[in-house]
Amino acid sequence: MADFALNPEMVDKVTPRLVKGNSTYKSVTDDVSRIVETKTPREWWIAFSLSVAVALMMVGMLAYLVAFGIGTWGNNSPVGWAWDITNFVWWIGIGHAGTLISAILFLFRQKWRTSINRAAEAMTLFAVAAAAQYPLFHTGRPWRAIYWLFPVPNTDLNMWQNYRSPLEWDVFAVSTYGTVSLLFWYVGLIPDLATLRDRASGVRAYIYGIFSLGWRGAARHWRHYEMAYMILAGLSTPLVLSVHTIVSFDFAVSILPGWHTTIFPPYFVAGAIFSGFAMVITLMTVARWALKLEHLITIKHLENMCKVILATGMIVGYAYGTEFFIAWYSGNPYELFTFVNRAFGPYWWAYWSMISCNVLVPQIFWFKKCRTSVPIMFIASIFINIGMWFERFVIIATSLHRDYLPGSWGYFKPTMVDICTFIGTMGLFMTLFLLFIRFLPVIAISEVKGVLAQEDQVAKHGHGAHH
Amino acid sequence: MPIFSKKHDLIARALAAFVAVGALSGIAAYTYFSHPKVIDVGYQPKQPVPYSHKLHAGDLGMDCRYCHNTVEKAAFAAIPPTETCMNCHAQVKPESPYLQPVRDSYATGKPVEWLKIHQLPDYVFFNHSAHVTAGVSCVSCHGRVDQMIEVKQVEPLSMGWCLECHRNPAANIRPAELVTNLAWQPDRDPAEIGREIIAQKKIAPPVNCSGCHR
Amino acid sequence: MSLVQIETKALTGRKYWRSLNELSGTPAFREWMVNEFPGGAELLDGASRRNVLKLMAASFGLAGLAACRRPEGKIVPLSRGVEDLIPGKSYYYNTVFTQGGSAVGLTVEAHDGRPTKIEGNRNHPQSLGASNGYAQASVLNIYDPDRSAEVLKGGQVSSWAEWDQFASQKFTAGSLGRGAGLRIVSESVVSPSLSEVRKSLLAKYPEAKWVEYEPFSNENAIAGTRLVFGQPLQAHYHYDKADVVLSLDADFLGIDSGSPLSTKKFSKKRRSAKPEDEINRLYVVESQFSVTGAMADHRIRSKASDIDSFASALARELGILSELNVLGSADKVQKILMALVRDLKKNAGKSVVIAGPRQSARVHALALMINQALGNIGTTVTFTQPLASPEAKAFADLVGELNAGSVDTLVVLGSNPVFTAPVSLKFSDALKRAKTVVHLGAEKDETAVLSSWHLPLASYLESWGDARSVDGTVSIQQPLILPLNNGRSALELTAQIAGYKDQKGYEIVRNYWTSQWPAAEQEARFRKALHDGVLAGTAFAEVKVSADPKRVALPAATAKSTQVEVVFVPSWSVYDGRYTNNAWLQEAPDPMTKLVWDNAALISKATADKLKVVDGQILKITVGGQSLEIAAMVQPGQADDSITIAAGFGRKQIGRVGQGTGFNAFEIRVSGDAIQFASDVSNTGKTYQLVTTQEFHSMTEPKLMDAIEPKTRPIVREATVEEYRHHPDFAPHMVHAPDDSIYGWFDYSEGNQWGMTIDLNSCIGCNACIIACQSENNVPVIGKEEVSYGRSMHWIRLDRYYTGDAEDPQAVIQPLSCQQCEAAPCESVCPVAATTHTPEGLNDMTYNRCVGTRYCANNCPYKVRRFNFLNYHKEMVDIEKMVSNPNVSVRMRGVMEKCTYCVQRIQEAKIKAKVEGRRGELLKDGDITTACQQVCAADAIVFGNINDPESRVSQEKKQPRNYALLAEVNTRPRTTYLAKLRNPNPELVEHHG
Repeated sequence: MADFALNPEMVDKVTPRLVKGNSTYKSVTDDVSRIVETKTPREWWIAFSLSVAVALMMVGMLAYLVAFGIGTWGNNSPVGWAWDITNFVWWIGIGHAGTLISAILFLFRQKWRTSINRAAEAMTLFAVAAAAQYPLFHTGRPWRAIYWLFPVPNTDLNMWQNYRSPLEWDVFAVSTYGTVSLLFWYVGLIPDLATLRDRASGVRAYIYGIFSLGWRGAARHWRHYEMAYMILAGLSTPLVLSVHTIVSFDFAVSILPGWHTTIFPPYFVAGAIFSGFAMVITLMTVARWALKLEHLITIKHLENMCKVILATGMIVGYAYGTEFFIAWYSGNPYELFTFVNRAFGPYWWAYWSMISCNVLVPQIFWFKKCRTSVPIMFIASIFINIGMWFERFVIIATSLHRDYLPGSWGYFKPTMVDICTFIGTMGLFMTLFLLFIRFLPVIAISEVKGVLAQEDQVAKHGHGAHH
Repeated sequence: MPIFSKKHDLIARALAAFVAVGALSGIAAYTYFSHPKVIDVGYQPKQPVPYSHKLHAGDLGMDCRYCHNTVEKAAFAAIPPTETCMNCHAQVKPESPYLQPVRDSYATGKPVEWLKIHQLPDYVFFNHSAHVTAGVSCVSCHGRVDQMIEVKQVEPLSMGWCLECHRNPAANIRPAELVTNLAWQPDRDPAEIGREIIAQKKIAPPVNCSGCHR
Repeated sequence: MSLVQIETKALTGRKYWRSLNELSGTPAFREWMVNEFPGGAELLDGASRRNVLKLMAASFGLAGLAACRRPEGKIVPLSRGVEDLIPGKSYYYNTVFTQGGSAVGLTVEAHDGRPTKIEGNRNHPQSLGASNGYAQASVLNIYDPDRSAEVLKGGQVSSWAEWDQFASQKFTAGSLGRGAGLRIVSESVVSPSLSEVRKSLLAKYPEAKWVEYEPFSNENAIAGTRLVFGQPLQAHYHYDKADVVLSLDADFLGIDSGSPLSTKKFSKKRRSAKPEDEINRLYVVESQFSVTGAMADHRIRSKASDIDSFASALARELGILSELNVLGSADKVQKILMALVRDLKKNAGKSVVIAGPRQSARVHALALMINQALGNIGTTVTFTQPLASPEAKAFADLVGELNAGSVDTLVVLGSNPVFTAPVSLKFSDALKRAKTVVHLGAEKDETAVLSSWHLPLASYLESWGDARSVDGTVSIQQPLILPLNNGRSALELTAQIAGYKDQKGYEIVRNYWTSQWPAAEQEARFRKALHDGVLAGTAFAEVKVSADPKRVALPAATAKSTQVEVVFVPSWSVYDGRYTNNAWLQEAPDPMTKLVWDNAALISKATADKLKVVDGQILKITVGGQSLEIAAMVQPGQADDSITIAAGFGRKQIGRVGQGTGFNAFEIRVSGDAIQFASDVSNTGKTYQLVTTQEFHSMTEPKLMDAIEPKTRPIVREATVEEYRHHPDFAPHMVHAPDDSIYGWFDYSEGNQWGMTIDLNSCIGCNACIIACQSENNVPVIGKEEVSYGRSMHWIRLDRYYTGDAEDPQAVIQPLSCQQCEAAPCESVCPVAATTHTPEGLNDMTYNRCVGTRYCANNCPYKVRRFNFLNYHKEMVDIEKMVSNPNVSVRMRGVMEKCTYCVQRIQEAKIKAKVEGRRGELLKDGDITTACQQVCAADAIVFGNINDPESRVSQEKKQPRNYALLAEVNTRPRTTYLAKLRNPNPELVEHHG
């Protein structure tokens, strides 16, 4: 980003803390490219085959589901949605950090984003991929879902989808989000792909070459690139808010006590960012150690993310409180019962795990010690991921299992298929992520260079990609 | 020295354009070829007996209801029992080899297995009596059967096609006594006649789901 | 297609269906299937093909582009036309259904030769258009693939020809002499033609004996009349003339009534059209919580064996008994007793006291004496000559003869005594001592396997016959289909034994009746009998009797026992075991316990604590040396130290459906008595999974709510008659309904507008509607395991709530099906518009459009939508598919389904109107009745056109106690409820504060 990099005193202000050690453009390029170019380490193979195995389990489970029906899951009447939608919302939520970091922080000129945005964006895409299958497969007959949910005019029916339905909104919200995130990610990759192309030889050079779309780092290229990147950032910014807002409508628009509430959109978005950052920390703390990138992904980056988590964690906690207050204040007995039932009913354990993971755990980040200790934040982030899963489960299952008429009350228990499918989605996610770190630059080389504080090189930045 | 010369950009662009066009035309083709108008219209299977509607309904001018006698009373327009054929063919062409299956059926009591041409999905509950008594002619859905030697499907019988008429039936409504007169040509605009009958009979075709799906 | 195969396999080992699949595959089964349609093949052919196609509706829908792979459809007309038979149209025939000695007239619907739906016969005095769950489900029995289909000789497959040959030697060659060695056991004979044939049989074999046996009979009731009036009589209770009814352990609205009539009459007096109306008052003294008990205004929880002393105490208070008798029970009971006495006296001549069949002859006698003293005899209680009354003693004598070896040939007609006989008699051993045992039965049951000959029994829907109902009215039993298992009827077999020349059921029945008529009228009268379903003027004349209560010589009261008693009752679902293989009945939840696919030992909380047992733990109950291990279930309202066990479960020789369901109560039914005493009851510690469709929720929210604000939800709204007069619109006023929309409401003022009311004051919760709906709408059966997951498919569910004291509560029952909301929450959320609204106010469900997101069900505040979690219909073998209604799509897996007010019936009626040239006219009452409304004996369900001010439903909705459930959610349901009323004795109403 030449335009900021060329302003020395800003560089001064920002850089030293963002990149540790005496990195030069060359060293940065080398450090990042090295990961892709060196011979595949054994650890990678182990991790990869493990994740693929788990991902295949998911495929098997879905095949089983398609063959026999939703009855293979624990869903019942009244609990029509359970783990399926829980996992969908959970993954979509995780997907939020990426776009937030790349787009919003970019527009706010938060330069510390540079070393983590690439990985975060990738994570977004993979999370969306993991999430996207649930809306289709939770019908048990995905061919029907694809066939009817998208407005394809391929039979002479003279009727369309029901655009009043939040599920129909979801279809568009999620697909748009997926598309834009993909473009955003890819555009950002182009200069670095070119870098890899130029360092590589043979077939690799060709492949990287094709995907770098003939990038030669000419000033014109940079101008178009900056433009495109800016526009996409602008495009995806509202999406960060809109996607989870619309996902939250699936519930907010219904009339079910515990679902029918106006607080959902902000509450869901905050929760999404909360969980997203947690996942970024989980991945980054491991990645930077495994890939020896401690000097590029510094404690500073991680600490900032911890701060975001603390903030959003508080928002989420506040939302929990508000829900309860309104449930009582509204004087609606059904609403009140639903919330008391969440906390003290048959699913009390889910509720209290949610509270402890999402509200209590983040409080440790008040202390710099915790914000800067990698092991602590790693463990904390895991807890938060768990907590956010429980949040979705609590909202969905406990609201459904006891609603208006006690005569229809029931209880939900997951089956092995439920559990294995969910674990499988993690396999899918990890598989894609491992492929990513193996074949693509984990860190936005060109952008990191933009925040290096070496006058002599700043001038040459424009050609940085050639080193 | 870059491995890709500038002309590769051109190739890339061309490729992109090609993919885009291909995708679009693919969707278009699918949409067209999967349309009932294309895949259903014209279905004309070989029947076990070369029965000519042209001869019977057209040239001989037999009324549709002589054979399809339940059409005004029931949902199902009955295919006549072999008996009905034999009423005449006991005397008319009693030796014809074409009629062998019919005679066999009459002798053995084993039914003649006709092939269904106008097939609706089984979740569609179509009722002939409701339509015929309203004044919807056979021709509206089955075409000029009186001119077909072998009957074939002439309309898509798709939901959209049904709804067109259910939403705006005038053009297909005629005096009930004329429903089996496939050749009927009114001296004035049939839709006009239709509108009068609709007003006078209070005809209001259902356009909600349970009208046809139960 | 491969997918389909996987699916069928999927369920292997998961459900009772399992082996059906295996079976349906085998060539043996196919072959058998073919044999099933002897002459009838032609008639069925074309039709059944089409209908089987219809059943595949969903699988067609599956293929989005079905047209591409256009399946070649065939049209198969008849070779020779059948007069007046219009393919695809449904036809109705009157016939009669008999069970446990009581007959109910029916009107049966047939589609292209297949009986598919049972209705009550309006002309029949015992039905008046209503029917019960057993009758509804009986149609499923004839399509049961496990039904006995071949003649067995010593367990080996044989043939009718072989049997006929054997029979001709045995019965015509006179090898039986005067028949000294011939004994015949049958169910109680209520068929005039059969008794005629029996006469000639006994004439042919004067020394033969014919024994009628029923595990649950009205013997005690008749013995009671003998004690009081000196002659056996059949009592008829006219609840429609009684202001006060006292039931002494009589579940006369439920299991103890052979016909819907008593419910019809009772609800007539119970109905309230306006606040001023007087309704009857019901006192119930009983051990288990019956549906009658749930209707009671005052219910006394008492050991069944203590009811004798209650009756005696009552009789003493009324000055009938002089003997001093210690009631010795709680003050509460004493208090109710005294109030009851005054109430009865006040309503002398306008009251009924009825004793249940489980009670001794003495209690029945006491009840009659009380009625006599109150002047009810002749007004609210009348008598006719009794029908067949099987006597336990006769059966015991038979066993004696068998053991003595004096029986050469034993013929068992249509019953299963080996299973149902009292264990002390050791009938199965005795049976073996007869040289030849011939069993005519519908199943290869416990008796069949011990018989030298087993002959398949033709169902009442397959064979000619006739039957006399308790009031004497005769109906002709006309078949709707040729015997699918080529069985024969009891009538035909008896005729064969009696050596009739003409052994065809039709001839026997026709000749028997026409021979009594002048030749000229015969044809016409017989046709009329078939048409009406009743023979005019066959009802018994009333027998006028009276007795002086003081003069009656009563047997001494049996001393009270401190032992735990065991009460045997017929099961709501399987009766005495004859329906154990009927999936509809097995899956219909018990009205009070909500138990499915099982029976259990029902005990009170106190007893459970004493035995240290909880729900699902297995008890070991020992009676007279015999013991049974059975799962316990705590039932609120059950009397302490009293165990109720429903009989009929736990059969060993049974088809796949009944396999391994429940526990066999007959194993400890030592004598014929219904009430016996357990020498020992202990907790084995073993457990068993009992599955119910509803937890024990009351409308008052669980304890955890009390912390903040204990709330009773305004679901079932109830008031006493007093309160109702005081505040007529209490029900709608219990909540504030916004009834407002920012869009404005759709205008429903034009044309037909469908609506329904359910009168909670009349509904007794008898389940008949559930099964009627299941039969009409092809609702799948899913099996115990699936129900345990909470996936019950019934379109109507009966929510049961307890109110008041946990030990001795009152219960209310609320039928709940789709409410057809005008502002339906389900519609707006469906992404594919598979559920939409009609201009007539129906909430349509388009199965072939549904993709199965289940969002609609989540958003339904009534939770009445049902989802096909698995392909529940796939497992049906072809013969079972024949029971399906061709006018309703069969739903595949992944499809949501629900009640639509029997939309197929609505459309049929509308098309009928169109064809008859009544376009644009409003439909009137009687044009359409929904399946649930039609079957309802209490007339609690009223469906109709709310745009027609004359219609009954509009009238009902005008009542001040009419309310919309969850109106506060602003759904504007088309189904509304009429609040429940109780009519407690003013003396017994505690006034709070």
